[in-house]
Amino acid sequence: MERILFGDNQFFAVNHISDEKSRAQSIRFKEDSAIIKTLDQAREAGVNTFMCTTHERIANICDIIRKHPKKYHNFNIYPCMPYAHKYANAVTELGITGTLKEYVPGNFIGSMLKGGMAFLSKDYLSIMELLIDSEMKMFKGINTPVIFLQNVVTDLLLGLGMKDILIAFHAYIKKKYNVEAGFITMNMPKLVYLLKEGGVENPIICSSINSAGFRMSGGKALYEKILKEEQFRPIAMQVLGGGAIPVKEALEYVCSIPKIESILFGASSKSNIDQTVELIKSFDRERK
Amino acid sequence: MVRVALIGAGKMGLSHLSILGAHPDVEIVGVCDTSKMVTDVLEKYSGFKCFSDYSKMISQVNPDAVFVSVPTKMHFKIIKDLLTAKVHVFSEKPFCLKPDEGAYLIQMLENTGLINQVGYHNKFIGTFQEVKKLIDNESIGDIYHFQAEAYGPVVIRKKQETWRSSPEEGGGCLMDYASHVVDLLNYLISPVAEVHSSTLKSIFSSQVDDAVYAMLKLKNKVSGLLSVNWSDETHRKMSTSITICGTKGKIISDASELKVYFNDSSTCPDSYSKGWNIKYVTELSQAVDFNLRGEEYSAQIDHFIDAIMGRKAQSINTFESAHLTDMALNMIKLKSLN
Repeated sequence: MERILFGDNQFFAVNHISDEKSRAQSIRFKEDSAIIKTLDQAREAGVNTFMCTTHERIANICDIIRKHPKKYHNFNIYPCMPYAHKYANAVTELGITGTLKEYVPGNFIGSMLKGGMAFLSKDYLSIMELLIDSEMKMFKGINTPVIFLQNVVTDLLLGLGMKDILIAFHAYIKKKYNVEAGFITMNMPKLVYLLKEGGVENPIICSSINSAGFRMSGGKALYEKILKEEQFRPIAMQVLGGGAIPVKEALEYVCSIPKIESILFGASSKSNIDQTVELIKSFDRERK
Repeated sequence: MVRVALIGAGKMGLSHLSILGAHPDVEIVGVCDTSKMVTDVLEKYSGFKCFSDYSKMISQVNPDAVFVSVPTKMHFKIIKDLLTAKVHVFSEKPFCLKPDEGAYLIQMLENTGLINQVGYHNKFIGTFQEVKKLIDNESIGDIYHFQAEAYGPVVIRKKQETWRSSPEEGGGCLMDYASHVVDLLNYLISPVAEVHSSTLKSIFSSQVDDAVYAMLKLKNKVSGLLSVNWSDETHRKMSTSITICGTKGKIISDASELKVYFNDSSTCPDSYSKGWNIKYVTELSQAVDFNLRGEEYSAQIDHFIDAIMGRKAQSINTFESAHLTDMALNMIKLKSLN
């Protein structure tokens, strides 16, 4: 994994602290060309990995990337699936079965329900596999060295104790796409223990890590302990603590934890991108 | 350990179940749902004991507390049976379809000591909690107007129907979306006392309302506007906000950002100053042990479990407060028919 990963929240009006800023972002990134321009600025700053949700607009971005193979030959995308709001809104409207009918390709669910057949455990995992494949369609022909499960799904399964499904996700990504699976979570300590118990070796786990302890369930001290003692490949996100921590202080903190492999950040302007990349590089140099 | 069961494993039910599953003081003793597919998955992968008949579940597993997250129409019958069985109840919102039903259940609670809570999670969001403090301390002086709003993209085209699109079962924007806003208003300022005018609009749905616009008057004589629309795709997800105008200042708050304006530096509270003050939920929210889609969902469950264990008094989102919300929703509905 690259040291610095570029996120996509700013493109899709995801702003954890302000609805107004989120609307401004939605206006600013209305055209796909605005997204591409910002991605190019990130590439110029030396950031070649884009970590993004499987939002429908990413399909357009993928089209542009495919059309310019030379320009983007070094470029990687880390897809994060699913785009949860799509499913959450669908479940409110259609119910769980209705949503599966809408999103699982083909007539798989329809025939399962109509047949009233006894479900074998394999069938549920097949549904998951079909959903993964359908989310991955838009990335055809693009480098996707790590494929992530979004935090809402990871954490839902984690709370429900559905270890086998998390493990099956990990295994399927390896088998079908021959790349690494990753997990995004708001509950890193619990997930680390669960995956360890399930025999998943050295998993890639992306979670909030910041000096303010923001969205670090179980507390900052516990996170620091796990980061010292457990075997996994951490990615730090929400390093600014949702805007609560000054940039320099925030990056100094995450750069001081040797275990953290990558830092995920998002920004809309060239100056913010350049500043963040420069600061991470300089803190890394100091440490060496 | 509190032994908890769940009735209704839909969207909110599964979310509660996951948070309960991660809760150190909770043991999940049973899950009831009518979907064979859902109970099958929960049995196979979570190892929960599942049922399709809740009466059977209650008599067999004898839980201390039950979470009810089924279509609103069924709340009354199920909660009545649960209170008869002497279990603590957490119900999804809205509380009951008809105000008489809620009043009956509240009567049943008398002298039982049973903990009762309804899932209006906005009260557990840091920004709204801060608004409550500011209002209770009369920081913005005498309140003379409010505007309470919520918008989101639930029904953005005509399509397939579920219970949420059936008025008899408690579907529609008024019951599903506006209930949150009305409940917050009741809590922050004062309960709704009168509805001056109201419009329930269908935009894409054929049987239920997709938007609610109303002019309300509260018990403390403050009047203001309610504007709620679940067919608004300019919002990525549900966004709820409230503006409150007072003689000494003004509050504008949503779930992530609180903006407060004070007219005068001599009367504003500590940590605020004259002019605009901005605080974010990141600095106002309390950390939780497990986080699924937001701290507030865990915080409301912690509150319920703490009350059962006797660690804290149950003070927020009681059946009684949710009943006031039901009454207000009923008034809004009746006024729209005139």
